[in-house]
Amino acid sequence: MPPPAASSRYPSPSQPSGKSEVTDLKSQLRQLAGSRAPGVDDSKRDLFKKVISYMTIGIDVSSVFGEMVMCSATSDIVLKKMCYLYVGNYAKGNPDLSLLTINFLQRDCKDEDPMIRGLALRSLCSLRVPNLVEYLLGPLGSGLKDNNSYVRTIAVTGVLKLYHISASTCIDAEFPATLKSLMLHDSDAQVVANCLAALQEIWSLEASHSEEACREKESLLSKPLIYYFLNRIKEFNEWAQCLILELAVKYVPSDSNDIFDIMNLLEDRLQHANGAVVLATVKVFLQLTLSMTDVHQQVYERIKSPLLTLVSSGSPEQSYAILSHLHLLVVRAPFIFASDYKHFYCQYNEPSYVKKLKLEMLTAIANESNTYEIVTELCEYAANVDIEIARESIRAVGKIALQQYDVNAIVDRLLQFLEMEKDYVTAETLVLVKDLLRKHPQWSHDCISVVGGISSKNIQEPKAKAALIWMLGEYAQDMSDAPYILENLIENWEEEHSAEVRLHLLTAAMKCFFKRAPETQKALGIALAAGIADFHQDVHDRALFYYRVLQYDVHVAERVVSPPQQAVSAFADTQSSEIKDRIFDEFNSLSVIYQKPSYIFTDKEHRGPFEFSDELGSTSITPEVSSDIVPAQQFEANDKDLLLSTDEKDDNKGLSSNNGSAYTAPYESSNISSQMQELAISGPAASATTTQSSFDFDDLLGLGLSTAPAPTPSPPLLKLNARAALDPRAFQQKWRQLPISLSQEYSVNPQGIAALTVPQSLIKHMQSHSIHCIASGGQSPNFKFFFFAQKEAEPLDYLTECIINSSSAKAQIKVKADEQSTSQAFATVFETALSKFGMP
Amino acid sequence: MMISQLFVLSQRGDNIVFRDYRAEVPKGSTETFFRKVKFWKEDGNAEAPPIFNVDGVNYFHVKVVGLYFVATTRVNVSPSLVLELLQRIARVIKDYLGVLNEDSFRKNFLLVYELLDEVIDFGYVQTTSTEVLKSYVFNEPILIAPARLQPIDPAAIFTQGAKRMPGTAVTKSVLANDPGGRRREEIFVDIIEKISVTFSSNGYILTSEIDGTIQMKSYLSGNPEIRLALNEDLNIGRGGGGVSVYDYRSSSGSGVILDDCNFHESVRLDSFDSDRTLSLVPPDGEFPVMNYRMTQEFRPPFHVNTLIEEAGRLKAEVIIKIRAEFPSDIIANTIAVQMPLPNYTCRASFELEHDAVGQKTDFKESSKMLEWSLKKIVGGAEHTLRAKLTFSQEFHGNITKEAGPVSMTFTIPMYNVSKLQVKYLQIAKKSSSYNPYRWVRYVTQANSYVARI
Repeated sequence: MPPPAASSRYPSPSQPSGKSEVTDLKSQLRQLAGSRAPGVDDSKRDLFKKVISYMTIGIDVSSVFGEMVMCSATSDIVLKKMCYLYVGNYAKGNPDLSLLTINFLQRDCKDEDPMIRGLALRSLCSLRVPNLVEYLLGPLGSGLKDNNSYVRTIAVTGVLKLYHISASTCIDAEFPATLKSLMLHDSDAQVVANCLAALQEIWSLEASHSEEACREKESLLSKPLIYYFLNRIKEFNEWAQCLILELAVKYVPSDSNDIFDIMNLLEDRLQHANGAVVLATVKVFLQLTLSMTDVHQQVYERIKSPLLTLVSSGSPEQSYAILSHLHLLVVRAPFIFASDYKHFYCQYNEPSYVKKLKLEMLTAIANESNTYEIVTELCEYAANVDIEIARESIRAVGKIALQQYDVNAIVDRLLQFLEMEKDYVTAETLVLVKDLLRKHPQWSHDCISVVGGISSKNIQEPKAKAALIWMLGEYAQDMSDAPYILENLIENWEEEHSAEVRLHLLTAAMKCFFKRAPETQKALGIALAAGIADFHQDVHDRALFYYRVLQYDVHVAERVVSPPQQAVSAFADTQSSEIKDRIFDEFNSLSVIYQKPSYIFTDKEHRGPFEFSDELGSTSITPEVSSDIVPAQQFEANDKDLLLSTDEKDDNKGLSSNNGSAYTAPYESSNISSQMQELAISGPAASATTTQSSFDFDDLLGLGLSTAPAPTPSPPLLKLNARAALDPRAFQQKWRQLPISLSQEYSVNPQGIAALTVPQSLIKHMQSHSIHCIASGGQSPNFKFFFFAQKEAEPLDYLTECIINSSSAKAQIKVKADEQSTSQAFATVFETALSKFGMP
Repeated sequence: MMISQLFVLSQRGDNIVFRDYRAEVPKGSTETFFRKVKFWKEDGNAEAPPIFNVDGVNYFHVKVVGLYFVATTRVNVSPSLVLELLQRIARVIKDYLGVLNEDSFRKNFLLVYELLDEVIDFGYVQTTSTEVLKSYVFNEPILIAPARLQPIDPAAIFTQGAKRMPGTAVTKSVLANDPGGRRREEIFVDIIEKISVTFSSNGYILTSEIDGTIQMKSYLSGNPEIRLALNEDLNIGRGGGGVSVYDYRSSSGSGVILDDCNFHESVRLDSFDSDRTLSLVPPDGEFPVMNYRMTQEFRPPFHVNTLIEEAGRLKAEVIIKIRAEFPSDIIANTIAVQMPLPNYTCRASFELEHDAVGQKTDFKESSKMLEWSLKKIVGGAEHTLRAKLTFSQEFHGNITKEAGPVSMTFTIPMYNVSKLQVKYLQIAKKSSSYNPYRWVRYVTQANSYVARI
């Protein structure tokens, strides 16, 4: 339901239906303006109150500006405050009328009551009207010198407001210098804190074009100043303490004594009841000790208890903020909470956002010692009334299973989920079992026997259905009725709404066909026909591709669609360690909540005091890890590449648009389909006779690749598979087995050496040339990388060791290849790619 | 820091107060916020998280008594700081209004504006001290009689998170005077313990935790110093050296052992190590003197026993027994027991003990929830509920996997499970005749009290 319209909202404090009320108010205010009758202030109060309440609910009452100002001549402080509030809200839109207020505000700035002086000064600085700034200088100047600290705190913030209205006026009046002196000498802590806040903001903004401001900004981090603040931190209120702690985070200590001094000064801040103070202190401790491994570990132990207390003592919202930080810490140091896992068990009355974080925590801290208990607890949640949490819990069990070596017990639990016969539990579990089998194929026997017992009719969710179909295709030889279940599903092709499921059906039918051709042949024929006639472009393309490749050579088709499975050793981590480090550097900020570095969700000027380096920000984007790709997805990607050059408009018309320029195929789609039905795919054995297709695949799609399939590839044009995957263990094995086929030395250009200061960037660069990094290491000047590449369309690998010396600017490479004859061609590709490194 | 706007929305999404401090966030932020929170469910989540980002604007909110306290900013601020601040603002407003609800809020919105003006200036927090703010507030609070107090949402007292006793908390504004113009000199110290216990299906305790607060509310004039003495055998910190804090065997010794605690900034701990005494000059308003966390073994106040018996193909019987494990001079009140039933349950008929008083039962058809409420339970007593269930389809497999767990909420006044005590409360005397009222109250509440079946 959308928020109710204004008319149906809360009826009080009187909801105007149109402009008439505002007009009414206007005339009533006018009557009162000149009146000196007794009790007039009370009537004014009522009217003002009405005006403010309209303003609050978003009704434009700017038209009574004049009347409000006229009524402002009063000694009643409640009225004055309402008037200030009103004026502050509408002055910007009414610069001319604002001039009317200057007079009474300036007068009030000289009132003998410091309260009035302060309030007036605050309102004056909040007008936000650029052409009135000249009127601010006088009152601000005297406000900063006022003998009342309330007025001074307001004046200090007033300077910052002035800076935002007109920076030059503020700088020219040398207000920053005044603030600096106040910061060092004022007796009132809040005045000092406001000076610090204002100066940080002003100098950070000025620093971009003024060297002096840059120096001033740096000087805030000088040792004497930091200690000046830290030594008297208890004089400040908790919010100002946070400000000071944020400043201290950026301080670079001179030696380890310096570090311990600061930590001793701040030790008791960890016992503060305010979570913001504790987290700010934790950040100081963590940052200070980054280079001292032992102490850093001690810090983790020290902060554990206070943080756990904050999680359980605050509101759910506060727990959420703290838990997000615990999650960040635990990813960096999984051991710290390993024995405290029970703290992260979900409580039944917690909001789901807290429960979800706790599930993530449990996933992150699961290790050999606690997995059993954690998984047992998670299994309880799987029966939870909150379906969303039940699903998340099952996913958590799956994640734990995928990160553990000993998954024995977990597999049993997962299989028990399947027996619960709850739709969503079954659905989530199927997806998990699929992932588990990709990593631990040895479990296929246990899983398949249970999965085989699930009726596909009971599974409606596309993801789960796709997972089941994938298993049917992959393990067709172990599931006796796999071809028949697939056939059943294929016969209901029309009712299958999810393209994802239909894509999986095509692939599974193919895989099944390679294993059990006689039983699957008919179903495959129907699937391909239905696929080619499918309105969904991806489904259509995949079906057509399968059809063609089968026609070309069934063996090739099998190699392409159903290559020997390699177990996935690790699923792609969604975040690089570099990103995680950045988030850690932005501890105690929103980056931790969103699990993203700040440059992703804020624009530069609003990044706040947490950013640490501008340059790095734009370059460190997660390199895509490509180990998590099933063959089907590879082809999906390929299909899409092909698509790019075809005309979108032909989507639905398919092959029938013979006259279009995009297609040159000599066939009508109906022809193809009918041919398909009769297609004598006689199984792998007889495939040789059906290999020679009568048309050229490239030509058909009009891709403009006029080169006929060359029988001997010319060396320099070696093409690499952009999405090749190899796990490190396989790499090691290969590296040991293969002889060195090539050893060369190249010069690296200076730009490349410069860019190498971030070794990660070379890895990304090479990846863009389809050369993937398996491992890297070393420190300046010697860097060592192991790369891996694969010939496109053929499973032939090139392994490369590359040692770069950044002082001699030389790179030495050793290449080992499955196909010796093309290793020179590969080296050329490698050299070309390397030579472009660091170039814009 | 640098908060751009601060506003409070009613449950229906209309502004009660709205303050823009830095004019950095485009118009319509209140609508954007409310729409996002209202429609969060479509993204597959029951409740919007307290922090989210829409078009570069970060929205923070806390829910208190059904009202949304919201802050916006474009800056990458400390999330804890803003959420703490919002919670604190709610508490300060409550100090001034006496009773915090939508009605009192609307009646006093000008007073709230006065507060918001002083709490934040140009996005920077200035003060959240109820005491300091007093000198800036000129509007008289329009008080609402507690009798007219209608909680917007009955569950709100438990979901608001603040550890205060519903109904028993003091509902007096810090600005209020008693009839006769004199302020009554009094001070309240509440020891509030929220307990979380999970029982396994065979009755063992799987996890238990106490989250306690010593909360103070002072109406003493002239800010006298106060000394608060706790148990002398109080220990802080356990399970050192990497041993799990849940190691129950090691906790059989005497004394109260807290896992950890933290303190309000006014608290001085000079003599805490030697004689477990806290000294402080209490500021006006309500505030937590000390928060503590404890996993030491304790005797759960209620024992819950649930039995499900199949009775034919389409029927089953549920028997829930609760036994109060505390002394007979203690009386628990507002007890509610809930249990989700299999979702093919279509009817439930209940049978209470023949002498049951103040007990109610219900079966919520839409959520398939069994509900049993008891006005009070005297220590040592045992109560039983029998429910006959009728199913719309035959159940297969294990019926216990389709139902439960049983959860309980309750309040037990003048009882605390941790045995933490305020031994004495000493007020620095101004004169021999100065003898203010001192109230030290204990209360135990269920936070998450769950028995699996």
